[in-house]
Amino acid sequence: MRIAVVATCLGDALFPQAPIATVELLERLGHEVVFPADQTCCGQMHVNTGYLDAALPVVRHHVEVFGQAFDAGVDAVVAPSGSCVGCVRHQHAMVARRAGDEGLARAAEQGAERTYELSELLVDVLGVTDVGAYYPHRVTYHPTCHSLRMLRVGDKPLQLLRAVRGLELVELADAEVCCGFGGTFAVKNAETSTAMLADKMAAVLSSKAEVCTAGDSSCLMHIGGGLSRLRSGVRTVHLAEILASTDRDDRSADIVFDRAEVRP
Amino acid sequence: MTGHGRAAERSRTIELGMPTPASDPHRHLRGTEGFPAAAHRALADTQLRRNLGHATRTIRAKRAGVVAELDDWEELRRAGEAIKADTMARLPELLVQFEERVTARGGVVHWARDAEEANRIVVDLVRGTGADEVVKVKSMATQETGLNEALEAAGVAALETDLAELIVQLSHDRPSHFLVPAIHRNRAEIREIFLREMPDVDPDLTDEPRRLAMAARAHLRKRFLAAKVGISGVNFAVADTGTLSVVESEGNGRMCLTLPDTLITVMGVEKLVPTWSDLEVFLQLLPRSSTGERMNPYTSTWAGVTPGDGPQAFHLVLLDNGRSNVLADAQGRQALHCIRCSACLNVCPVYERTGGHAYGSIYPGPIGAVLSPQLTGIDGPHDVNATLPFASSLCGACFDACPVRIDIPSMLVQQRAAAVDAHTRRTGQDVAMAAAAIAMTTPGRFKLAERALGVGRVLAGRKGRISTLPWPLSGWSNARDLPAPPAETFRQWWARTHGGT
Ligand code: SF4
Repeated sequence: MRIAVVATCLGDALFPQAPIATVELLERLGHEVVFPADQTCCGQMHVNTGYLDAALPVVRHHVEVFGQAFDAGVDAVVAPSGSCVGCVRHQHAMVARRAGDEGLARAAEQGAERTYELSELLVDVLGVTDVGAYYPHRVTYHPTCHSLRMLRVGDKPLQLLRAVRGLELVELADAEVCCGFGGTFAVKNAETSTAMLADKMAAVLSSKAEVCTAGDSSCLMHIGGGLSRLRSGVRTVHLAEILASTDRDDRSADIVFDRAEVRP
Repeated sequence: MTGHGRAAERSRTIELGMPTPASDPHRHLRGTEGFPAAAHRALADTQLRRNLGHATRTIRAKRAGVVAELDDWEELRRAGEAIKADTMARLPELLVQFEERVTARGGVVHWARDAEEANRIVVDLVRGTGADEVVKVKSMATQETGLNEALEAAGVAALETDLAELIVQLSHDRPSHFLVPAIHRNRAEIREIFLREMPDVDPDLTDEPRRLAMAARAHLRKRFLAAKVGISGVNFAVADTGTLSVVESEGNGRMCLTLPDTLITVMGVEKLVPTWSDLEVFLQLLPRSSTGERMNPYTSTWAGVTPGDGPQAFHLVLLDNGRSNVLADAQGRQALHCIRCSACLNVCPVYERTGGHAYGSIYPGPIGAVLSPQLTGIDGPHDVNATLPFASSLCGACFDACPVRIDIPSMLVQQRAAAVDAHTRRTGQDVAMAAAAIAMTTPGRFKLAERALGVGRVLAGRKGRISTLPWPLSGWSNARDLPAPPAETFRQWWARTHGGT
């Protein structure tokens, strides 16, 4: 299959380990990965902060860049992020319609139909749950709100994790409760966000996991940022990195703490 | 004028009337400070946090249990959504039909454009009976209008008879939840309030729930028997029969509805359903979503007056107070579908931590965050209600819990857009968002902006993480580290490993 990767703006600039792992994993599974280089951002930050007019050109840019990729023979688009795919699938057409651009809305809907979050692509489209990964660590999984309730990925990430050799999956208490990130919410309502984060960190710590994983770098940046401040010794690692890990290549770098160790 | 003539005249008025925002004479729809400031104090109150955490966790578990019992829960939710959407699509004609039916069955219908008008109508009606005390069934509509304050100003004492509402009234507090207005109090605090505020209370009162309930009962019973006027709100009103209904747990509401000679009901116009059989759907959805019960203990329904049985005078005040304004917005009108079950409050991680008072309005939680600013309108960039749509991480738990499938997360985004539109001059955030949009549509500039992240590597220094940031980003760095930007962006990695770009 020919798959175009959405690096996501956060993944491109700050957390390249997640899109890099996505590329390497898909290539290991025998697929051809392309990177449409003009891509920038899905526009989620603008939409969720209420800047729907400013979001319009950003949405149009995304739809055009990936529309060209489809025209060039790409079968599917993947992003290692539930919230970016959620924005593409549930907000792009809304932004276009609100501005009265029905043509863009339809193009956005067509593109969204073939845009997947990583666990969706693997389980639903490619039909694999055992991706041949090896990751000998005790791991707990935080289902991010947008993958859980916007995309309804359900237990797909857990199916993938259960098939990883050497991985011990431990349950996270109150897993479905938001970690408190919420984009600009974390800054505008920093104290409430921190109170939510405190409970999420308590659950992670009491799970006794070495590693907390999730499908969104943004939420991991939040949880990992808090755990790093506490010097808690628990690492936060994107799901894609665990799935890309093999017995020769363990990607256990923490999203915040181990910046120096991120492999180039 | 006959009921029909009045109805016909009214229908013309509805069509021609210009909807206006709610009037809020007693500031029940707007707090005095924005959400972040109000939340700051709530978050520091550890007793409040414990009380709320315990109470919402208990109700959530009960609700989840009874919802899981029904294999047609999703169909019920969709039915509730469809009935409400249909009602809103033809609200004016249904209201006219409803007025005709209520009038035909011996009720008197009054129309109130806003809070002041509703209060004036009720005060005049109470004065007309000569009563100086009224008993009240728990009601959001009369809280919205500030009826108790209006009655007090007219020399009439209003006694709240719902146990939790009574606790709020006795402690001169404000309610913080639709269903459990004193959810922020624990039983030790309630005992203190009773000992301090109930004149004839047993001084040996303990905080055992049964003893507390008995004390409240003794306090209320005499007043029920003496009351000449009862005042209620409405859960559901049926257009094709003129029936009203109140759903409750304690039975105190039923006493207010049946014992006094005069019953005055204040009803937000959105409480209507078209037909009697529609109640079948809502009487399943509401108790399971609100108290986590299969059926609530008391469901009272009445229509007009029945000679020799119950109140002999029945007045119905139909309250607009901004609702027509909300109805005019095709997307925003979903907020009027709310049946005030409070499920969205109980599942909201923000509400659970800040409580209801932080929202300022008597409508708290996720639904309050979209309803309050729509009812009042956003009155310029410094309106405290403009902060409410941002009091959410958009986690979506409210939508999943809502028995009538109100898409609160999407409405929050729409209301954020309304708040941004109310900016009268460009804020720092406006400038940053505009600049980001330009960078994000110009790939060359996006790459340049990414390179500027190199500054972050300097900030982070050798420890590889950033622990302090300037305002407003200090909100982040007060509790969380940020990693240093990577040595290589994804784009650079791709160019190095895959060529091109
Ligand atoms: S919005 Fe929905 S969940 Fe919230 S109180 Fe209203 S009906 Fe209940």
